[in-house]
Amino acid sequence: MKAFAALFTEIEQTTKTNAKVDALVRYFASAEEQDILWCVSILIGKTLKRNIKTTDLKMWAAELAALPFWLFEESYHIVGDLAETITLVLPEPDTEKDYGLSETINFLQLIATYTEEQKKEAIIERWAHMQYAERFVFNKLITGNFRMGVSKQLIIKALAIHFSKEESLIAHKLMGQWNPWEISLDELLLDESVTAKGYQPYPFFLAYQLENPPETLGDISEWQIEEKLDGIRGQIIVRDKTLFVWSRGEELMTDKFPEFAALKDILPDGTVLDGEVIPWKEGKPLPFAIMQTRIGRKSITSKTLQAAPLVMVCYDLLESEGEDIRQKPLSYRRAALEKLLAEVGTDANLVLSLKLQCEDWEAVSMVRDKARNGNYEGVMLKRLDSVYETGRRRGNWWKWKVDPLTVDGVLIYAQQGHGRRANLFTDYTFAVWDNDVLVPFAKAYSGLTDKEILEVDNWIKKHTIDKFGPVRSVETALVFELAFEGINHSGRHKSGVALRFPRILRWRKDKTPAEANTKQDLLQLINAQDS
Amino acid sequence: MLRFDDKGIYCEQADIYIDPWKPVDKALITHAHSDHAYAGNKAYLCHKDSVALLRLRLGADINVEGIDYGQTVYINGVKISFHPAGHIIGSAQIRLEYNGEIWVVSGDYKLQHDDVSVPFESVKCHHFITESTFGLPIYKFPAPEVVHADINQWWEKNASEGKNSVIIGYALGKSQRIIQHLDENIGNIYTHGAVDNINNTLIQNGIHLKETTRVTPELSKKDFNGAIIVAPPSAVGSPWLNRFGPFSLGVCSGWMQLRGARRRRSADRGFILSDHCDWQQLNEAIKLSGAENVYVTHGYKTVFAKWLRESCGLNASEVDTLYENDEEALAEPLPAENNDENNQ
Repeated sequence: MKAFAALFTEIEQTTKTNAKVDALVRYFASAEEQDILWCVSILIGKTLKRNIKTTDLKMWAAELAALPFWLFEESYHIVGDLAETITLVLPEPDTEKDYGLSETINFLQLIATYTEEQKKEAIIERWAHMQYAERFVFNKLITGNFRMGVSKQLIIKALAIHFSKEESLIAHKLMGQWNPWEISLDELLLDESVTAKGYQPYPFFLAYQLENPPETLGDISEWQIEEKLDGIRGQIIVRDKTLFVWSRGEELMTDKFPEFAALKDILPDGTVLDGEVIPWKEGKPLPFAIMQTRIGRKSITSKTLQAAPLVMVCYDLLESEGEDIRQKPLSYRRAALEKLLAEVGTDANLVLSLKLQCEDWEAVSMVRDKARNGNYEGVMLKRLDSVYETGRRRGNWWKWKVDPLTVDGVLIYAQQGHGRRANLFTDYTFAVWDNDVLVPFAKAYSGLTDKEILEVDNWIKKHTIDKFGPVRSVETALVFELAFEGINHSGRHKSGVALRFPRILRWRKDKTPAEANTKQDLLQLINAQDS
Repeated sequence: MLRFDDKGIYCEQADIYIDPWKPVDKALITHAHSDHAYAGNKAYLCHKDSVALLRLRLGADINVEGIDYGQTVYINGVKISFHPAGHIIGSAQIRLEYNGEIWVVSGDYKLQHDDVSVPFESVKCHHFITESTFGLPIYKFPAPEVVHADINQWWEKNASEGKNSVIIGYALGKSQRIIQHLDENIGNIYTHGAVDNINNTLIQNGIHLKETTRVTPELSKKDFNGAIIVAPPSAVGSPWLNRFGPFSLGVCSGWMQLRGARRRRSADRGFILSDHCDWQQLNEAIKLSGAENVYVTHGYKTVFAKWLRESCGLNASEVDTLYENDEEALAEPLPAENNDENNQ
């Protein structure tokens, strides 16, 4: 695992993407085939099953480091990462051994069959044989959630360079589920007959938020304009009379959405639809809160099915009668999509995405402004002659989300962050006035610049009133403007409201706490939205 | 004999304060960092190597007296002496003895040798006041020679790739330590004005430092080819750095031990180099002091005091001080305006 750990270190020590790609290419050139497969699998975010309990790991590490358990916990709290904490506290290794990456993964899978005592012995033995970097990587493999500072796009780029293939082909081949033990590099990446894997989705084409006024996009007649819906982006695939529903996160969700089960007999073989899975009633989307009652639920009862009925609002057709039509213009794909959905009929839980008829950009802007009342997020702008690209790209597709709602809140609690923000107070709780009492209404973690974070951190350390475990309450002084996408009543929060996607917009140094918003202001926002 | 009040650490018998943060009549200063040596005191007593540094930072007209390590002075019956703390040049632990009771105020200190300051010497006492900046078992600093070798290797690699190297460390202490271990065979060593001011003051007072060149507007871009530039944290992100491009940025600090801190810095490299104690050094120093009473100041004081009480059987308590602005004790130093190093 020395080579993999060295790759990790090299990537961590640079902020330049080219240097990262170079390091990956060099690793691919020298590593064993099985290790490359596992490396790619881990780096694109596939997780291993956890076979060791977190508490056990903590106890073994504390014991080896001769630390009381509470001190280990305190340390973990400061570091913010369990794998790193363990790595830091363990005593120096005695003799070094180099275990391969796939050998290590095999070991971590096999350990599931061990008794507790055997597990402890085996892990401790490995720890004793590894230096800092390998230990850290090893612990990361155990605890899962391996983030290395390389995006999937960079892995794809490095693989494309190493194997002299197109990036789009590599991107496609990596989609979906594959098991590094059961596949060869040849089969995974190099076999160009892409339909070999019938369940495989296409890489999603994603849009950036519009950066310039829409007028800069030119003649509106060259654009297709649609509502931007707030559901789960997905692909519905029917090949060989079998249905697959994939989320954008490349999770296979076929079983979670029984609404689509009949499509395997309704849609022609060789069909791939791109669209938004969303709760829908009487021709309109329901609020996202209703979608949340479906996500994360293991068993789906008929009651949930009734309360949150799902459809896919389809906006693109990627494969038609077994043919990949992504390189045809959007206007062509749209026409094929319209024809297909007309044949399928209205009972299939497939809805055609509405093309908005707008005379000019001014009209588009007005549709966008009304988004919040209509339970959509804004508008999508797609060039009619655009091909279906892979990944997030500028130019031919744009999302133009509605401006967020904002409110001024007072900082009342702070907690230290994790990962990149470990050791700094970066997790804040904000309050609004309810008469003369401050009631917490939102937590936010992001939005400040690094410099502001340091400044606020410094202020918090000097103006703490009280500590409750990791949480500090601070003096009533700092006001921040928060942005959020939506607001609803909530019985779970003291303030009686719940915000969607709250984040810090800016630090209002010009405002005193007395000038912050009130609970009444928040309730009025809900009323305005519901009316 | 000592107590902590709202001005600093007070000795009533001698009527003196140690490292006071509010003006007093007589201040004993452990070292010249700004959070231990505040302006406005009527009289200062410090180690002789700190005298010029205090004048540089607090004003040439201050009333300051310097004494050597091990030299003894009596103030109203209190026997006072200064002992090497190994933190920076002129840093001292202050020992106070009265009626057979001995206290040591260690200020900031480290047990690692830096080859610039006089190494830490343990002083036996009954009461020991210690900082706890890195008082958690996650802080285990690598051997300095390994870190210095890494720095030189990084510099050499940058030079071979046509990049200059900018290395960040506090102007007083860390910078001199970095400079003393740079390998001049790799290239020229340049310094930021704030670093050069400190270096000149030290050289004028008989401290031997490696030859360096101050960065001035007359120098042209090609002068910096393959060079290393030593600069304080305030330089990070400032336009002052532009003239050195393309460059790789390295940061030297104990905080670089944690991955989160390394990634937060948009530095290319973080080197774990600290003038404070890590966990093991703190524990060793306390053990060597033989003190049964330990007062824990700035840092992870709650946790560290609890550890000393529960696992080491010591009578330890945490103490609030204003030594939180230590140039390194700050989790991360603020850029530019809040940093007194910015006098370029």
